[in-house]
Amino acid sequence: MNQHLFEVVNQPIAVDEIIKKVSRRDAGAITTFIGTVREFTKGKKTLSLEYQAYVPMAVKMLSQIGDEIQEKWPDALTAITHRIGKLDITEVAVVIAVSSPHRKTAYEANEYAIERIKQIVPIWKKEFWEDGTKWIGDQLETKEYPEGKPMKEM
Amino acid sequence: MINVLFFAAIREEAGVEQVTVDKQDITVKELKEYVQETYKLSSLKQTMTAVNEEFVTDEETIGTGDTVAFIPPVSGG
Repeated sequence: MNQHLFEVVNQPIAVDEIIKKVSRRDAGAITTFIGTVREFTKGKKTLSLEYQAYVPMAVKMLSQIGDEIQEKWPDALTAITHRIGKLDITEVAVVIAVSSPHRKTAYEANEYAIERIKQIVPIWKKEFWEDGTKWIGDQLETKEYPEGKPMKEM
Repeated sequence: MINVLFFAAIREEAGVEQVTVDKQDITVKELKEYVQETYKLSSLKQTMTAVNEEFVTDEETIGTGDTVAFIPPVSGG
């Protein structure tokens, strides 16, 4: 897997750049997922977010997700960039681009990628609310890891 | 010596990003208990562990020079 397809950056993400990485002549579809900073979560108002990562391992895990996609959908090509640091409402936190000859694969592989990011990539978000802050965990409500680590398959 | 990295809420509790622990050939479970006690952390039981950037189980043995990261439930995306 090409290392530069998977990055963790602390600057705004240019979505076009991520799309370009997977653009190729035999692709008939490119799906992009853009994860953005939401203002309200369960009625609570977010002022800003801070993302923190264990950067070398996060890049490695993003790359592993690329490998998993390659195994499940051999004709898909994936690029993922996640931003860290302080982000304001509406800013882009993550971009996933997947190209494939036909659209179904591009849609499915892209959804797979975001689900896996939420399971295995060591990145954390801290919410800044009007009345306090909190490091968020457990977004998938899978707090317990009976095997001591995340499962390989969803 | 074992290098130990803290992240997110655990980092705030510990008050430091990383520490070195003068131990070797102990299991992840034993290291968790030691670190939890030494840095007065709330439970590390549900915390995943990576040794040299690979997820491992609590039974894994840690050697000298290894880098251990405690990984609370992730929330990227």
